[in-house]
Amino acid sequence: MSDERVDRGHHSVLKAAAATAAEAMIPVDDVHAVDHSRRRLLTAATAGIGAIGVVFAAVPFIASWEPSVRARALGAPVTVDASKLEEGQMLKVVWRGQPVFVVRRSKAVVDAIANHNDMLADPNSDDSLQPEYIKSSGPVRARNPEYWVGLAVCTHLGCSPLGAFEPNNAFQVAGTDLGANWPGGFYCPCHGSKYDISGRVFKSMPAPKNLTVPPYAFSSAALVVIGQDEAPKSA
Amino acid sequence: MAAAPESAASKGLLGWIDQRFPLTALWRSQVSEYYAPKNFNFWYYFGSLALLVLVNQLVTGIFLTMNYKPASADAFASVEYIMRDVSWGWLIRYMHSTGASAFFVVVYLHMFRALLYGSHRKPRELLWIFGCLIFLVLMAEGFMGYVLPWGNMSFWGAQVITSLFGSLPVIGGSLLEWIRGDYVIADATLNRFFALHVAALPLALIFLVIAHLMALHEVGSNNPDGIEIHDQEDEHGHPLDGVPFHPYYTVKDLMGVMFFLVIFCGVIFFAPTFGGLFLEGPNFEPANPLQTPPHIAPVWYFTPFYAMLRAVPSFWGTQVWGVLVMGASIVILFFVPWLDRSPVRSIRYRGPIYKIMLTIFVVSFIVLGLCGLKPPAGIYPMLAKICTFLYFAFFVLMPWYTRFDRVKPVPTRVTSHD
Repeated sequence: MSDERVDRGHHSVLKAAAATAAEAMIPVDDVHAVDHSRRRLLTAATAGIGAIGVVFAAVPFIASWEPSVRARALGAPVTVDASKLEEGQMLKVVWRGQPVFVVRRSKAVVDAIANHNDMLADPNSDDSLQPEYIKSSGPVRARNPEYWVGLAVCTHLGCSPLGAFEPNNAFQVAGTDLGANWPGGFYCPCHGSKYDISGRVFKSMPAPKNLTVPPYAFSSAALVVIGQDEAPKSA
Repeated sequence: MAAAPESAASKGLLGWIDQRFPLTALWRSQVSEYYAPKNFNFWYYFGSLALLVLVNQLVTGIFLTMNYKPASADAFASVEYIMRDVSWGWLIRYMHSTGASAFFVVVYLHMFRALLYGSHRKPRELLWIFGCLIFLVLMAEGFMGYVLPWGNMSFWGAQVITSLFGSLPVIGGSLLEWIRGDYVIADATLNRFFALHVAALPLALIFLVIAHLMALHEVGSNNPDGIEIHDQEDEHGHPLDGVPFHPYYTVKDLMGVMFFLVIFCGVIFFAPTFGGLFLEGPNFEPANPLQTPPHIAPVWYFTPFYAMLRAVPSFWGTQVWGVLVMGASIVILFFVPWLDRSPVRSIRYRGPIYKIMLTIFVVSFIVLGLCGLKPPAGIYPMLAKICTFLYFAFFVLMPWYTRFDRVKPVPTRVTSHD
């Protein structure tokens, strides 16, 4: 019964609309005519606003992939005591989860460092990553020529190079002959990139750049703070 | 509503369902009255086998997540726990790890079939593109799945592959941190790879497989003769050279499944590491950020692409070129339907040039795979360079050699018709 009444109600509404249209001398068809340009505008506006909303809603999800506050805190600087290193020895420490080399070099090695510049792809480190004070130090690439500090991350695809510091004509490391005139340095076992003892890459290697030098400073003669440019001086 | 026709209206429970869901109609249109060409040969096993392996990966994967812990401190030990302490855990894991390699075996053969018989040609371009997308998602699944056990090769493999994004100019560095969620591969990376491997990518994969099958059933299957069977129909509108998928091909595919399972189980039970190809030696040591394995090689199914990455030297101070070449080697697959200008589809009616080019392509792909497994020394770098060149030559020169190649007349009926 109530259904019938509702039906009748609808009919009367339609009749009333038709009557109004007739009174206003508008053809009945025009009441139902669709204004397509208006509909297109409204559809485009709705879709546009919706798309903007989707972009904003995506921001938190994309941002959630950034290093978290904890990860950033754990990326703080680390201090290394290099005083116990002998000449030709190397320390590997972890900063921001990445291995960092600290190598102690003899004066003879430091003095000969510029002799093999013609074998290198980027002897002046123009295309490589390091703080300005390292680049300006020239072929030694160090704040103190005695200690070389650099990321133990091959600039090709992120493997960790091996130390091969002894100059030798037939030096074997990881089953590979480093060849004649090997001046001593680093060898990456993954794809065969060679670097000198300042982390400068040889010519025609898979690696495009010299080993990256992180920001670091000495807080005393052999106390290296890795991860910042200035260190408070300690006794 | 797509209900069953009046004459064959189903009764009982099936009838009740059919009035509410097109079960019988779907079964008929997609299986029992889906007409497939009757000349399918050996090469047509691999689609249904890929589906079987997908189910294997989903089921074993779900059971692995019940004991696996996606945290850098626990992941390696939890895999050892599955292998040693969980009842039948070793079987479930080996089914999953062998299934990953089996997936690529059947998918590579499935793709080769398309190049043999021109299954990518009009009107099957979208079918081919869905297939390429499936291959892409599969590669992401394979890579992220390999990271989860958190062995040393997992860690360094992830290091190398994520570094590819770091080589992009300008955005590289921050993109890399964004992908890794830390300054290096870390717990955050493992955790998100787990989420992608077990939830996001499988969902994408299932969606794409459904789209692939819908596209296939819309345009109909190609066949070894590369002709349209619907061009020759009987008085009922059924193709003269077609047979219903069920029972003819369900039974044929079951035969293939039997042979496949014999080999699959043989690997699971007797050679689950497959000599270090399916599970690499260094991955039996926990991840160690300070110790690169002496030689980093990806799992075998990535080695052709890895060899191309290494074949390209860095110049202008960036190694992005190798990354671009590797990316292009996959992107170019999407364009094959438009690169192929031959008037015929199947290799049976193509001329000698296509046969030679396809042979060169297959040989160079296999040689690239071998080069990718070897350290970059001796003849391998030069061999990889040559084969990278040949790999691209197959695609880039395709518009010319397919057009000028001699072709044979194509029959109107399949060659083996009664």
